[in-house]
Amino acid sequence: MRLNYPSNVKIVKVPCTGRVDVLLVLRAFETGVDGVFLAGCLEGECHYLKGNLRARKRVEYLRTLLEEVGLGGGRVEMYNMSAAQGQRFAEVAREMTGRIRELGPSPIRKSMIIDKGGNK
Amino acid sequence: MIVGDRKPLEELLGRISPYKKILLLGCNECVTVCAVGGEREVGVLAAELRLALGKDGKEIEIREQTLERQCDHEYIEQVRPFVDDYEAILSMACGAGVQYVAEKYNKPVIPAVNTTFLGVTNEQGYWTERCQGCGSCVLEETGGICPIARCAKSLLNGPCGGSSKGKCEIDRELDCAWQLIIDRLGALGLMDRYDEVISVKDWRTSREGGPRKRVREDLRL
Repeated sequence: MRLNYPSNVKIVKVPCTGRVDVLLVLRAFETGVDGVFLAGCLEGECHYLKGNLRARKRVEYLRTLLEEVGLGGGRVEMYNMSAAQGQRFAEVAREMTGRIRELGPSPIRKSMIIDKGGNK
Repeated sequence: MIVGDRKPLEELLGRISPYKKILLLGCNECVTVCAVGGEREVGVLAAELRLALGKDGKEIEIREQTLERQCDHEYIEQVRPFVDDYEAILSMACGAGVQYVAEKYNKPVIPAVNTTFLGVTNEQGYWTERCQGCGSCVLEETGGICPIARCAKSLLNGPCGGSSKGKCEIDRELDCAWQLIIDRLGALGLMDRYDEVISVKDWRTSREGGPRKRVREDLRL
């Protein structure tokens, strides 16, 4: 389909969004990523029955955690799309990138850059 | 099992603010089962603390460690080799575990969990209170349903006038313990027990008698 999506989106493959643990996403934020979205299968079409529904609940929980730490719950989102919806994936990647751009870079990344410069 | 709630991050951030090196201690027993202070929750809290402080450019060193139990000497001893490398201990155990760790080491120990009740897992992610540790069990008289822990008034002879359609007046979602007791006794064919008045309880076996202890001389070394 030769679809374009923003090149700053890094894909991490998992067998099912049900594999995505809260800790995995928190670790991503600790390494300085600006936002995370989960691209799960359509609801009701999970091969493992409830993986994508569990992922959605975890994303909701993650939002409360990110709000609590002050990064903002908007930096994480759950989307559903089928493997045949490449168009939708590209659209979602653009939408999420736009949203994160509005929120600005993660403050964690800022402090990491300061650390690298030795200005602790 | 002992059930608890994680303290809000803001409160914990305030408590640990004087320290730069922290030992974060989880417990593999009850608080793991009720998903409040086990290895996973230690990981989540450590990540939360690092993110919350890191975003302001502050640094913190956290060692994540989960003990088999924090209510037994032998397990708490396991942190002795490195405990002095840290300024404070943040414990995710129940109140008993936190106190035992505090007794053992000359370090500030901060509880990360509010211990709430002795209860059961109704379903994954849902726990309810069942026991208050009153020290003199009456469950055989009440069809296996505790009037002390599950009746809002801890009535030994109920229900009270606040019971309506099987629910308690304090919360429409809450079952009236005495309605449950009557239904259970009926189902067991033991309604004659309901006619017996349960006599005044000796609360000295509960907290009213002060802190409790239990000694088994045959087991002592």
